[in-house]
Amino acid sequence: MGFAVAPSTESSSLLTSSSTDDSLENAGKLPFLRTLLGDGGFKSLTFVAALIAGAVPFFVVALISRDAWPAIAKFGLPFLWEQDWNIDESIYGALPYLFGSLVSAFIALVLALPIGVAIAIVTSERVLPPWVQIPIAFLVELIAAIPSVIIGLWGVFVFTPAINPFQEFLYARFGWLPIFNTQPFGSSMLVAGIILAIMILPTIAAISREAFLAISADLRNGAFALGATQWETIIFVTMPAAISGILGGATLGLGRALGETMAVTMVIGNVAGIDFSLLSPGSTIPSILANQFSEALDPLHIGALMYLALVLFLITLGVNSLAIFMIRFLSRNA
Amino acid sequence: MLPSPHSSSSSSEEKLATMEPQSPSTLPVFHIENVSCFYGRHKALEGVYMDIYEGKVTAIIGPSGCGKSTFLKILNRIGEMESNVRVDGKVQLLGKNIFARDINLNLLRRQVGMIFQHPNPFAMSIYDNVAYGIRTFHRLSRPALDEAVESALRSAALWDEVKDSLHQSGLALSGGQQQRLCIARALAVKPKVLLMDEPCSALDPIATLKIEELIQGLKQQLTIVIVTHNMQQAARVSEYTAFFSTDERRIGQLVEFDLTQKIFTEAEQPSTRDYVAGRFG
Repeated sequence: MGFAVAPSTESSSLLTSSSTDDSLENAGKLPFLRTLLGDGGFKSLTFVAALIAGAVPFFVVALISRDAWPAIAKFGLPFLWEQDWNIDESIYGALPYLFGSLVSAFIALVLALPIGVAIAIVTSERVLPPWVQIPIAFLVELIAAIPSVIIGLWGVFVFTPAINPFQEFLYARFGWLPIFNTQPFGSSMLVAGIILAIMILPTIAAISREAFLAISADLRNGAFALGATQWETIIFVTMPAAISGILGGATLGLGRALGETMAVTMVIGNVAGIDFSLLSPGSTIPSILANQFSEALDPLHIGALMYLALVLFLITLGVNSLAIFMIRFLSRNA
Repeated sequence: MLPSPHSSSSSSEEKLATMEPQSPSTLPVFHIENVSCFYGRHKALEGVYMDIYEGKVTAIIGPSGCGKSTFLKILNRIGEMESNVRVDGKVQLLGKNIFARDINLNLLRRQVGMIFQHPNPFAMSIYDNVAYGIRTFHRLSRPALDEAVESALRSAALWDEVKDSLHQSGLALSGGQQQRLCIARALAVKPKVLLMDEPCSALDPIATLKIEELIQGLKQQLTIVIVTHNMQQAARVSEYTAFFSTDERRIGQLVEFDLTQKIFTEAEQPSTRDYVAGRFG
C-alpha cells in the first residue's frame, strides 16, 4: 500500500517545484561549469571546434594563394608547362617538377601495388596460420611509423650504393630503351620511386587488407562450394569484391607518394630538367620547395614556389578525395 | 527434461538400425558413422549416425547451437576451412570415404553443392555467376556454355526473370532472386547432393515459397539436405527429418532421425515431441 502511494506524492512535489519560483532559485546554486555549459553550451563548443577543423583547408588555400599571387598574375596557367626555372632572370616554369613528382609517384605505385595486394592476401585470406599473418601485417604497418628522414638517410647511405650495380646493369643491358639510356651515378628517379614504394606499401597493404577482411566468409565459401581452388577463389571471387578498396588504397598511396618530401629530396638528386631516363636524377615539387624556400627572398620567387605548392595541394586534394570516395562509397555497394 | 546423453545417442543408433529396412528401394548417398566435431577443445557435435537417401529431401531441425550447420558443413568438408575445426568419424559419399587422404576436395565439393544462409552471389554478372563453376573445370564453346547457363537458370526457376538482363550484376537482383541465382550457380556444376544451410532465413515469405517449390522440383534430379529453423518448412519440403539438440554439457547430438511424417506425428523421443510441438526451452 505504502509503495503505491509514494509515486503519487513524488509526482505532485515535482509538479509544484517546477511551477513555483523554487526551481529558479535552485538554478542559481548549480555548479558554475554546469550553468556555463549546459547541453546547449556543449553543443555549440563542439560545433565551433568542428567548424575550425573544417575551415583549415580553406584557410591554407587562401594563404598559399595570397603569397602565390605575384607568380599567378605574371605567369598564369602557362606556368604549368613552362620548363625554365631561372632565379636570376626571374623566369619560372613548373613542368620539370610536375614531371618529376608524377613519374616518381607512378614508379612507386607500379612497384608497391602488386606487393601491397600480395601482402593483403597473405595476411587476410586463409593461406597462412594466424600466428604468421598477424605479425606480418603488424610489421608492414610499422613501416609507416618510420620517420621519413630516417628512410631518406637509409636511402642515401645504404640503399643507393646497394642498388647502383643494378642501375649500372640496366644501363649496360637495356640502355637502348629510352627509360634506361643515361649513365647512372647513384641518385635517380628510379631510386626515389623505389624509396617511395617502400613508404606507400603500408598504406596500400593495410587498406587492401581491410577490404579483404570485410568480405563475408560466405562469399569465399560459395566459391569453395563450387569446387574452386583457393587461388581461383582469391583471384576471381574475392579480389573483384574487394577491388574498390584495393584501388582506393592505391589512390591513397599515390597521394602520399606525390606529397612525400624528405626522403625523396635526399635520394632524387635534385636536378631540374625533364629526362625520360629513370636512371637520371630529377626533382619533385616537394623537393624544390624544401631546397629553395630558405633562400627565396624575391616575392616573385616566393610566389612561384607558392604557386607550385598550390598546384601540388590541388593534385593531392583531388587524389585523396577520389581515394576516400572509392573506399567509403564504392565498397559499400559491392 | 532432456533425455540423458547416453540414452539419446544409443537410441539414435537403434533408430538407424530400424530405419534401414524401411527404405530398401533407395541407396544411401551419405553414410555417416559416429561423427564428432570439435572447435578447438570444445566438442560441438558428438556421435552422429545417419544415412541420407538418394533423391530425397532430408531436413535437419533443432534449436540454435545444436550443431545442425556444423553437421551440414562436414558433408562437403567446408567447415574445416575455418581454423581449429576438427572432425572425427566416418563419412562415406557413395561408398567413398570423404576423409581419405587421396580425396580431391575440389571434386568432392563439385559433387556436393551448397547454398548458404545469406545469398552470396559473386561481384560479377548473372551469366558469369552461373558460368563460374563450369569454367573452373571445363572449357566449353560459347554456345555450349550459353546452353548450360540457361538450363541451370531454368532449373532454378529464374530464367524467365533474368533472360533479358544476363549481363547485369548479380548483386542488383532482389534477395530471393539472388538466392535462386546461387542455386542456379550450384546446379550448373551438376552436383549429386545439394546442401542448404537455412536458405530462406534471410528471405520474405513469398520468396521462401518459391524456394520451397523449387526444392520439390529439384529432388527429381538430386538429393537435398536442408537445415532449417522453420519446422513448418521441414514438414512441407522433406521426406526425412533429423532432430538435433544439445545435452546438458552443451554438446550437439542427433536425437532422432526418421520419416518426416513420423517425427511430426509420433516421434519416439519426448524431447523431439516437445520441440515439434513448440514446447521447447
